[in-house]
Amino acid sequence: MNFLYNFLVVEPWPWWFSGLMITFIMYLHLFFGKSFGMSSNLRTMCAIGGGRLSDFFKFDWRAQIWNLVVAGGAMIGGLIFILFIDQNPTVNISPETIESLKEISINVEAGNVSHFPNEIFNWGNLFTAQGIIFIVFSGILVGFGTRYAGGCTSGHAISGLSNLQIPSLIAVVGFFVGGLIMVNFILPYIMQL
Amino acid sequence: MKIAKFIKYAIIGILFGITMFKSEAISWFRIYEMFKMQSFHMYGIIGTAVISGMIMVQLMKKEKIKGFHQSIITFKDKNSGWKRYLFGGIIFGLGWGMGGACPGPIFVLIGGGYSIFIVFMLSAMLGTFIYGLARKKLPH
Repeated sequence: MNFLYNFLVVEPWPWWFSGLMITFIMYLHLFFGKSFGMSSNLRTMCAIGGGRLSDFFKFDWRAQIWNLVVAGGAMIGGLIFILFIDQNPTVNISPETIESLKEISINVEAGNVSHFPNEIFNWGNLFTAQGIIFIVFSGILVGFGTRYAGGCTSGHAISGLSNLQIPSLIAVVGFFVGGLIMVNFILPYIMQL
Repeated sequence: MKIAKFIKYAIIGILFGITMFKSEAISWFRIYEMFKMQSFHMYGIIGTAVISGMIMVQLMKKEKIKGFHQSIITFKDKNSGWKRYLFGGIIFGLGWGMGGACPGPIFVLIGGGYSIFIVFMLSAMLGTFIYGLARKKLPH
């Protein structure tokens, strides 16, 4: 029991267990007759907010409430983690990553890396050029790109690839092309702002 | 609205939220590290999920597994084409590499108390809204 408690609650989950849990979550969706895809919620929220300007938002959003409940559950899951599992979570990134972050003037200390660079993602930084690019502009790209591509990491990379969908493979290749370009070639310039 | 009907979806969401934190997949640094190819961690998570998911879905199709409603679980094919998937995918990837969060983790981070991601979520909604307006002018 002690081993199980340590494995499930105390230690961060190893990659293979995390991957299996994601598949289990996809299974639960399928079992209840749904498909796993988080980004649809963004469209549903636009529709509820009254997206009358485009017929893209004129659909029966009530049929999508179940997915909003999943998103609400995801929030509760995040809250449960912070309240009961780890109040001050840290991330075990590799020493090479810590070194390469220094090159773009993000300084973090091994063993004390939080979930994101606090100096960038904070309310005080929101109205600086850097803050607007990192928080607002990247959000717009994520929301626009995911709907254009018809899905995000859960809908294409997990659900789509599991179902051997070629469109999903193209989308996932796109995700990685975009991410590699951003992190390796554009981010160093944005950090100089 | 039947509350009981929705409890199962809330539980699925809670499980997802905890998985995102415990796997560290909601971390901006993990996404950075993945695109820098400096660790196997994220590739391991996604790879395990994709391979085990493929095996599961193929078995479900072959064995005609039944779900909760006693009907056989079915799978929808994505619409064919490549332009929207490639262009949309690249735009999504640019945002993912910069913001470090894809749509699922946004909700988890907000629930975890990182309130600045409310702005990120509203921005993502704005992006989706812009797509809704521009959709007919884009190659699909």
